[in-house]
Amino acid sequence: MWYLCVFYHRLLDYRRPEVESLAELFAGPGARESVEWRMPENHHVDSPFHLVRLPGDERLAAQVANRSLLVKGVYELWGYGTTYEELEKSVREYPDERKLPFLVPESSFKIVIDSFGKVISSQEQNEIIQSLTYIPFKGRVNLKKPDHRFFVMETDDYGSNNGLPPVVKRSIFFGREVGAADRHLLPTYQLKSRKYIGPTAMDAEMAFLMANQGLASPGKLVYDPFVGTGSILVAAAHFGAMTMGADIDIRVVRDGRGPNCNVWSNFEQYKLPEPLCLLRADNNLPPWRPGLKEMFDAIICDPPYGVRAGGRKSGGRKLIKGVKGPYTVPDEKRDNHIPSTAPYSLAECVHDLLHLAARMVVMGGRLVFFYPVLRGEDGTANPQFPEHPCFKLITSSEQILSFRYSRVLLTMVKVAPYTEEIEKLAAERHREFRENHQKWMEEGNLHSAVFEPAQDGKPDRDSKPKYRGKYV
Amino acid sequence: MRLLTHNMLASNVRGATTGYPLTLEATNWCTKEVELNSDFIRGLLPKIDWRALVAATRAIGLPELLPEEQPPEEEIFAEGAADVEGSAIRRIHHALLEVHVQEGSLVCPDTSRCFPINKGIPNMMLHEDEV
Ligand SMILES: C[S@@+](CC[C@H](N)C(=O)[O-])C[C@H]1O[C@@H](n2cnc3c(N)ncnc32)[C@H](O)[C@@H]1O
Repeated sequence: MWYLCVFYHRLLDYRRPEVESLAELFAGPGARESVEWRMPENHHVDSPFHLVRLPGDERLAAQVANRSLLVKGVYELWGYGTTYEELEKSVREYPDERKLPFLVPESSFKIVIDSFGKVISSQEQNEIIQSLTYIPFKGRVNLKKPDHRFFVMETDDYGSNNGLPPVVKRSIFFGREVGAADRHLLPTYQLKSRKYIGPTAMDAEMAFLMANQGLASPGKLVYDPFVGTGSILVAAAHFGAMTMGADIDIRVVRDGRGPNCNVWSNFEQYKLPEPLCLLRADNNLPPWRPGLKEMFDAIICDPPYGVRAGGRKSGGRKLIKGVKGPYTVPDEKRDNHIPSTAPYSLAECVHDLLHLAARMVVMGGRLVFFYPVLRGEDGTANPQFPEHPCFKLITSSEQILSFRYSRVLLTMVKVAPYTEEIEKLAAERHREFRENHQKWMEEGNLHSAVFEPAQDGKPDRDSKPKYRGKYV
Repeated sequence: MRLLTHNMLASNVRGATTGYPLTLEATNWCTKEVELNSDFIRGLLPKIDWRALVAATRAIGLPELLPEEQPPEEEIFAEGAADVEGSAIRRIHHALLEVHVQEGSLVCPDTSRCFPINKGIPNMMLHEDEV
């Protein structure tokens, strides 16, 4: 069935992928492909108003909307017009058998007047409600907990304020609400009130979006190889998944800021089941036993890119100095030795991540991760995304961070099994990266270019182009 | 560190042939209750190395917890088994997910390299010269 899907006006590129992923989660494998989209007449794709066709019945639409973060509401659309006269005509034409069951005397209801890009005074709102007499509401009004919520939503010319291409004509929608995002999650999980956070902790909203892209749900196992303070796993655990994480930094993953302020305590704080496993390991040399594969339903992570939080890998001084022959840590130092690490190039980090996922994710499982992208002079990005024979890229969602760079959330599905041949190729590549460490650090240096702090130390916000679509 | 983790790890120190299974030495362990999810166990079990799991339960001093041979699936996932105290699925769940090693070590069978477990976190990081 077709619904009106109204989004929050934020993270524009993340909105449709979230709905598609949740359709897949609740309606089963392949459901994603049966989701269809249209735009209402005269609306730009960045408009909050979309029309979506979802598989299954209304319960599915409700599940999708209720679990989402970016869906302000999914509605059964009863009417549409560019004037209130047109709206009335359209609602009157909508079949009675679809309308009457929701208007019966035993039910309670509420009418909400909403607008985008304009303000409607409470007097005007009352007038609009009064004008709806052509709809035979028989139920009781209940403002707190109505059985049915009806929405009148109006928009015109919303482009002027926020840099969007303007809508040519006013549009008015009348719909019955089927489901809506629970944004109360966000104040509960906001980083501000989380016990243990670090400089690269993922903000709660994005972490939930990532968990949705990874289809986190009860009975599934989610792994984050760059777990840090655990913010991504917290979101996955909130949706009922079991979690595991690793990090190269022992202070972050083991010690935190004390016995009651560490990765474990972040789960305790929200009464979530703690991770099944946290370990200190280098994703460049993952410690998984021979033969182990297809352990995880999803790998969801924010890999270490950049200068401030750049990746490190084992092999330290030996690699940095380019020592070819034997290199030893003196015996007397061995026990309390803190291994030195070498910088981890973007290319190698991404290669390792894709290889790990090819081996450790189940068929049909997902790999969800951020990838940095340099933006061109004209403000557009035409990135080449990483590829792997085991994975199919299904969505890429850009978030513009400054004039110069963006981060893109990539969602991939494992479509082909891990084979010996793939394993051999990866081992060769691994050797090649080690032997030519210096060269890769110079060539694979997109991340330094991208994440270098701006010259004057301030992010270059002023140079944002006028079109703000993907900034919000 | 849960025994599930022990079941998944190997030493990749230079010179190790398979580095597996790691010998578990636990100086301090505890149990923490985890909700049993039969479907999760069903998905997990085919990936578990039963011998290594049994060895780990013995290493911490629970020789009775699991039998030498893995019980047949029909028995483990029999209707209602999850609600029966002492059933195979309960024991497996307990062994994999509820036993938590706080302090101890994992020792590489090939090189005797010892990976410490401290505050429940195994440290699998290698020194520069072990890579
Ligand atoms: C961008 S942060 C991710 C932060 C995390 N999402 C959080 O909630 O705190 C990247 C993390 O990767 C870790 N890291 C860097 N190099 C690594 C490596 N080779 N293997 C594993 N972890 C690594 C860093 O210590 C850091 O915690």
